Amino acid sequence: MPRKPKSTLVMDAKTIDRALIRIAHEIVEKNKGAEIMAVIGIKNRGAYLAERVAKLIEKIEGVQIPVGLMDITLYRDDIQTKLEQPLVQKTEILFDVVDKVIILVDDVLFTGRTIRAALDQIIDFGRPKRIQLAVLVDRGHRELPIRADYVGKNIPTAKEEQVKVKIKEVDGEDSVSIVKQ
Amino acid sequence: MKLKSRHLLGLEGMSRKEINLILDTAETFKEILSRPIRMVPTLRGVTVVNLFYEPSTRTRISFELAEKRLSAELVNFSAAISSAQKGETLKDTVQNIEAMKIDMVVVRHQASGVPYFLTQCLDSSIINAGDGAHEHPTQGLLDLFTIREKYKKIKGLKVVIVGDIKYSRVARSDIWGLSTMGADVSVCGPTTLLPVEIEKMGVKVYSDLDKALEGADVVIVLRIQLERQKGGFLPSLREYTNKFGITKERLKNLNENFTIMHPGPINRGVEITPEVADGPHSVILDQVTNGVAIRMAVLYLLSGGEGKVE
Repeated sequence: MPRKPKSTLVMDAKTIDRALIRIAHEIVEKNKGAEIMAVIGIKNRGAYLAERVAKLIEKIEGVQIPVGLMDITLYRDDIQTKLEQPLVQKTEILFDVVDKVIILVDDVLFTGRTIRAALDQIIDFGRPKRIQLAVLVDRGHRELPIRADYVGKNIPTAKEEQVKVKIKEVDGEDSVSIVKQ
Repeated sequence: MKLKSRHLLGLEGMSRKEINLILDTAETFKEILSRPIRMVPTLRGVTVVNLFYEPSTRTRISFELAEKRLSAELVNFSAAISSAQKGETLKDTVQNIEAMKIDMVVVRHQASGVPYFLTQCLDSSIINAGDGAHEHPTQGLLDLFTIREKYKKIKGLKVVIVGDIKYSRVARSDIWGLSTMGADVSVCGPTTLLPVEIEKMGVKVYSDLDKALEGADVVIVLRIQLERQKGGFLPSLREYTNKFGITKERLKNLNENFTIMHPGPINRGVEITPEVADGPHSVILDQVTNGVAIRMAVLYLLSGGEGKVE
């Protein structure tokens, strides 16, 4: 008989809020301001987090931060081995990335392959001054030499566990939990 | 959601869902064409053969660009400069090409049914780029895409296809696609160039252009295929122009926001006047731009893993 998946809550709405506020402050501190900054979120949930981080930076610094959304499907390295082509969604980067400091935002950092794809895609749009990575959760198990500059929470996991991030805009609530099969 | 078949032979029998999937995917690809680097690495390692047994400018360049922009490798074959001239059969030709390890074949041929025939003797995915008077599905899809882009819908629009319906594969793909998407489709042309029982495809049939155009939203003007006119289907080109040529005066009874489309190549002054072809309602060049995005979408969706060894 299949065991019922066990879910453990690791971050609630309040904790997520606090983590994002801290990340926004760290971003401003590390870059000494936010004049030439832009935020790009990786679809789906990273896109909503990107909007929030950009709003927080705007509040701290009083400057406008352009926000872009990115779908990395076309840059995946496993596309030829998938049985079904994933649905391609729109990428919307309506500003010039050249000479900007780009803050790339995603919900979970895992193997690093998504980030590799995102980096390649950004560079096809132009040559930014710097790209930094902000993630809500770093769960380990990297397969590529990639690390995050800003981390909401480090959560050690086993490879077969799942990290489930819920975002108010799509899932009706903010939470992060670990699901054991 | 995926396409049911790993080949694209025609729009006949394709569901509304599948067509919408292709059109939605093409929207994403259209955005890529406006980027500084108009290229994505998606089909790296996929080899496509463009097998052209008939002359073509738009379709061939469009497929070639679509393949290059997806980073696929491509090989061009044109019958005129190949061993087809020495009498090698189609089957031998394609089996030899496939023996050199390829993944997809884009085929244009003067005989209807060649793409289907290829699915029977090859393992590759086959994309029909126009076969005889049968279908030209990517043209049909790009027409749907162009209409949807302008009106934000296809359902309920009145679309008139004018000209040589009998020899037109574009007309057939357009009729299948537009009817599936819920448009109200009519055809109009000289009775000699209207196929018998065309109304069984669910279209209204007119031989009077002014009646056909009344209240129309979209007019798709077909090329008079000069190379096929030796059979005496028309008394003269001038008579065709007088009765069926699209001129500014003829367009008075259309809806205000009407659109003129043409799959190209245009015979200026025969089926359409330059004034209309280059006028403000013409989307002929948009069709060409959208063609690349549609072909990228089709190549992407058909390159999926099904039938591939992992």
